[in-house]
Amino acid sequence: MHAYESEFREPLINGLDKTYTKITDDLVAPTERNSTMWWIMVLLTGAGSLFFVFCLAWTVWFGIGTWGLNKTIGWAWDITNFVWWIGIGHAGTLISAILLLFRQRYRTGINRAAEAMTIFAVICAGMFPIFHMGRVWDAPFIFPIPNTRGPLWVNFNSPLLWDVFAISTYFSVSLLFWYSGLMPDFATIRDRSKGKLRKKLYNIASFGWQGSAKQWQRFESLSLILAGLSTPLVLSVHTIVSFDFATSVIPGWHTTIFPPYFVAGAIFSGFAMVETLMLIVRKLFNLEDYITVNHIESMNKIIVLTGSIVGIAYLTELFIAWYSGALYEQFAFYNRILGKYLWAYFIMMFCNVVSPQFYWFKSMRRNLWVTFILSIFVNIGMWFERFVIIVTSLADDYLVSSWAYFSPTWVDLGIYLGSISVFLFLFLLFSRFFPVIAIAEVKAIFRTSSEAAKAERAKAEGATHGGFVLRGAMDKYSK
Amino acid sequence: MANNKFIVGLWDHEEVYLHAIEHIRHKGITIYDSLTPFPVHGLDEALGLRDTRLHTAGFMFGATGTTLALTFMSWVMTTNYPIDFGGKPYWPLPSFIPITFEMTVLFAAWGMTLTYLVRNKLWPGRVPRIFDTRTTDDRFALIFEADKLSDSELNEIKSLCTAEGAVEVKDKTFAEGE
Repeated sequence: MHAYESEFREPLINGLDKTYTKITDDLVAPTERNSTMWWIMVLLTGAGSLFFVFCLAWTVWFGIGTWGLNKTIGWAWDITNFVWWIGIGHAGTLISAILLLFRQRYRTGINRAAEAMTIFAVICAGMFPIFHMGRVWDAPFIFPIPNTRGPLWVNFNSPLLWDVFAISTYFSVSLLFWYSGLMPDFATIRDRSKGKLRKKLYNIASFGWQGSAKQWQRFESLSLILAGLSTPLVLSVHTIVSFDFATSVIPGWHTTIFPPYFVAGAIFSGFAMVETLMLIVRKLFNLEDYITVNHIESMNKIIVLTGSIVGIAYLTELFIAWYSGALYEQFAFYNRILGKYLWAYFIMMFCNVVSPQFYWFKSMRRNLWVTFILSIFVNIGMWFERFVIIVTSLADDYLVSSWAYFSPTWVDLGIYLGSISVFLFLFLLFSRFFPVIAIAEVKAIFRTSSEAAKAERAKAEGATHGGFVLRGAMDKYSK
Repeated sequence: MANNKFIVGLWDHEEVYLHAIEHIRHKGITIYDSLTPFPVHGLDEALGLRDTRLHTAGFMFGATGTTLALTFMSWVMTTNYPIDFGGKPYWPLPSFIPITFEMTVLFAAWGMTLTYLVRNKLWPGRVPRIFDTRTTDDRFALIFEADKLSDSELNEIKSLCTAEGAVEVKDKTFAEGE
């Protein structure tokens, strides 16, 4: 009945006392208790979010001149932050969609939180280009809407417009994917809640889910097709983001390597952010049995892979700049490494290329402190990657007299740090009221991949062929 | 509502449950519905459900998106407001590909999800009939209609469920309009 899974494979749900009810109890528990720590964090990040709003209001009131931009560098922190957030937003859909298509069962422990993270990251990302427009009230005109100027339409040749379509599609499809998976879990919370109001609210959230055979059949069809659609979508989004640069004629940007290079970088930074958050979440909500060291190790393998792809891309860029013989291209890269932004380049190189190499060792991949620290390194490194690409190419342009240096103002800093607050604020709300782990999906792998089920099977078969994991499990079982 | 009386059989292991469904259907008893906490593999076959046509709907919506996007952009760029962008062609098909792709995905995803909600009768504020609160926790339920059945038939269903490993069998009656 169930797909066979080798006994040697490490369980994805730890704990021999696990049953379906225990899983429900454990995973719903965070939504059922009050925690002072949570309130403190919500207030802190809430204050940060208010500061974000304040800085945006300041920008709108006094204009873009309050940012550190100058006549040479017209795109700096805002676009860096935009690409950084979009990159972070890639892991959610990658985990839910691509790992679903590849039948990677470990996704069930982390997909829900990663999808939530995607949605919040895309919200943060969207703020930057919108407010860089200056006159934000004209923002709807980025869409081809009928108007009284002709009608004058948007330019369908422009990658910036493609980006509008890509990001808005990505946001709304991720939202659908996330919410359609949440409905059954909201129903689980509804059916065990005591209070009348709580029951009513969770019923509204669950859309009146029952879990009948036909509902589940359609549910599975929907999630599979949405996964199939999201997989090319997620790749297209960052490809199109990279087109913003690659189709321009700025040295250092005008390269065909950008799409795969950006996509790999996005996955890299997205997984790092998932790790940063999940390591905190599993500790705070006692979910160590569901987000196991095995999950962390699997993510670390993806990090070392994508980090190395990014590293190869950096080196390829250098080689091609030299090999092309194009003077300006060569200068752009020489200047990127040894110019006035040398410090940024080496932070990027160290964080993105050197630091993930620790993950070639199993002991490092399974060490939670190492993972936590390196995940933050990767986040920093990927921010600097975008900064290096964007600012170094703009700062020293064709006219030596206009060469400039970019320094952020307090408004730049406030908006960036504020956006991190908004992200954490939304994530905290999510973790308090929503099931952070997909309950139904974890139950669906319980019989194949849990420690309890493996031990039970081993007991039934006399444990003649138990693997190392199983032998450990058996020892515990016999106690 | 016509049906207000039901028999609810509850199982606690999905494999026993699937066997039970096969045996019960083999006896010619009609199963009104089955409720499970997660999608159980093999349940569709056991219940003899027809495959869903949701994916076909998804394809249709996607194709609509493709057509709309391509037609609209072509109309704007060639007929409604043709502009010379640096000598580029008025109908640059390769430039249309990204937006066409995004619109295909957008239409397919939204169309499919809305169809899914309509077909599954799900909407915010809908009050479902809860046969047993544990069906979203750890119980696999079979529901039988009891309105038109005689007492002996009801007892037969109940004893069959118990014989097939149900951990609990109970009557469930809903008030009119519930």
